[in-house]
Amino acid sequence: MSGSSERKYLLQIEDLVVEFPAARGYKVHAVSGVSLGIGAGETLGLVGESGCGKSSLARAIMQTPPPFSGKVLLDGVDLTKIRGRALRELRGIFQMVFQDPLASLNPVRTVGASVELPLRAAGLDKQFDVQQLAYEAFASVGLDPEQHYDRKPAQFSGGQCQRLCIARALISRPKLLVCDEPVSSLDVSIQAQIINLLRDLKESRALSMLFISHDLAVVKNISDRVAVMYLGRLCEVAPCAGFFHAPAHPYSSALIAAVPRPDPRQPGGVSTISGELPSAINPPTGCRFRTRCPRAQSLCAEVQPELGEIAVGHQVACHFPL
Amino acid sequence: MNGVDKQLLDIRDLTVELRDRRGPILPVDSVSFSLERGKTLAIVGESGSGKSMLCRAILGLVPSHGSILFNGHDTGKLSASEMNRIRGREIGVVLQNPLSSLNPVMTIASQIMEPMRCHLGLGARESREKALALMGAVGIPHPQERLSCYPHQLSGGMRQRVAIAIALACDPQLLIADEPTTALDVTVQSEILGLLSRLQQERNMSLILVSHDLGVVAGVADEIAVMYAGRIVELGPAGAIFERMRMRYTQALFDAIPRIDDPPHRRLPNIPDQPPDFAALPPGCRFAPRCASAGEICRNKYPPLVADGDERHSYACWFPCELKEAGR
Repeated sequence: MSGSSERKYLLQIEDLVVEFPAARGYKVHAVSGVSLGIGAGETLGLVGESGCGKSSLARAIMQTPPPFSGKVLLDGVDLTKIRGRALRELRGIFQMVFQDPLASLNPVRTVGASVELPLRAAGLDKQFDVQQLAYEAFASVGLDPEQHYDRKPAQFSGGQCQRLCIARALISRPKLLVCDEPVSSLDVSIQAQIINLLRDLKESRALSMLFISHDLAVVKNISDRVAVMYLGRLCEVAPCAGFFHAPAHPYSSALIAAVPRPDPRQPGGVSTISGELPSAINPPTGCRFRTRCPRAQSLCAEVQPELGEIAVGHQVACHFPL
Repeated sequence: MNGVDKQLLDIRDLTVELRDRRGPILPVDSVSFSLERGKTLAIVGESGSGKSMLCRAILGLVPSHGSILFNGHDTGKLSASEMNRIRGREIGVVLQNPLSSLNPVMTIASQIMEPMRCHLGLGARESREKALALMGAVGIPHPQERLSCYPHQLSGGMRQRVAIAIALACDPQLLIADEPTTALDVTVQSEILGLLSRLQQERNMSLILVSHDLGVVAGVADEIAVMYAGRIVELGPAGAIFERMRMRYTQALFDAIPRIDDPPHRRLPNIPDQPPDFAALPPGCRFAPRCASAGEICRNKYPPLVADGDERHSYACWFPCELKEAGR
């Protein structure tokens, strides 16, 4: 259970486990018992290196595929218990934006048809004027529907494609938007446009957002709270300001130190941890970060640290926090 | 060798002309700069500003006019086979996505050995030994065990290290790294950038680092060239540029970077729209349609590159940033 159980969350994940079969009967432990909550209108930034299970977590929330075990409660409804048509109709309230905008649009379909699709899939096309709603969705992401509706994705730039993906995700008026690295493949100038757009939309629609990124500067800019993930487990969950001011987990602090700063006098970009993420097929015992942790001791190999609260809303899973 | 030129690379009025369906376009337009031995030049700009095309022109992979003096030779006058000898031997290249720049069906050992065998004529044993040493130098742990790995068995960071090892195999004098860290995580990015600058110092090699992020290049570049729509719009020593950006585009690109030291939820000053289409360039300053400070002259007349006090810092802007507002 989540630490501050009194708080009302829109999305509540409980003890989520995602495993995939690997060769010779082994299993990939992509997500190992993660519990998290996202409040209404709140943005939770989820950070971690490639391979730490961020995307697996996002996909488990989206039920594509459903998790191995655990609960995903959206507005009190456990999504893992719903299947088939009922799930498809419910998808309107939780939508996703992916990393590669060009790859997530069907190249042979007009972008207008792509943006309309969530409504059609949910069977709402008889009830509503789908094209009218799609025109509104185009306008809300700053694209002129008259000019762009019947074009194909290849005629758009990366930033415009990402706007289209956001329009598609928002057309069904979701309560929760899961964004998996939505700006990682974009230029800084376009990245700033998309971040500002997401923030405006979130505020005007009281959206809850799970914002996944490996770029901490982006996460800091957009998030209310931050969760750090390492090899399938949460290391730290904290309010944004407190997290960047005083990270408690050694891994969080290493991630922050690695961010390059646009200043030649203090460029940042210091790598304080070395080596690579260990294999998720055979993760280290105890604390999974211990093999790369500068503070690791024998206790870390024996006992797995649990998330514990060290300040209001600030949880950390470490035997020797900073 | 006596009388070795201080400049390794000197480019004058380099123009690349390509044929589009709608007519000729110039993705690189009258670009001039020079690069000293052992120094790093960062080429910064958005996608479609001509950065990668400029690199290809330097490598002789696209036809260009203007002059490229590399190591005192005009590469435009070299024959195809002479140019082949320079590529891979004297100029190494690292590209953005290591998975697509490595051969998926060759072991990494044979890929690192390949340039040494074709350019330096080394035998199998000798090149294998050198490959091992290189893998160690680029920070691949347990190189002996990794020799027979295929690219798909390695992580993104390791693949990029392999790509760097291949580029360094013949001890090049110039390394061109085109967005070498864009596909990588922040922690890995800092390691790869650190590795590149360390190798550069050890080998007294020149480095051209292409990036869209001024933040990434801040810590490693000696010189910075900012490109927009095929032209260099600001050029100078990194320190001078970060201290006082003059060109509005450089400043806008700098302001758009989200910063870890900023308070949360700061609205990012973004650049509206996107870079212009090469087939329909605006008549005046190419940045004018997106520039908040553009005036009448900007829309009609292209600003020339002018020096900013310091001879080596130049910019092309009719209404340059005032010194106070620049740099913040």
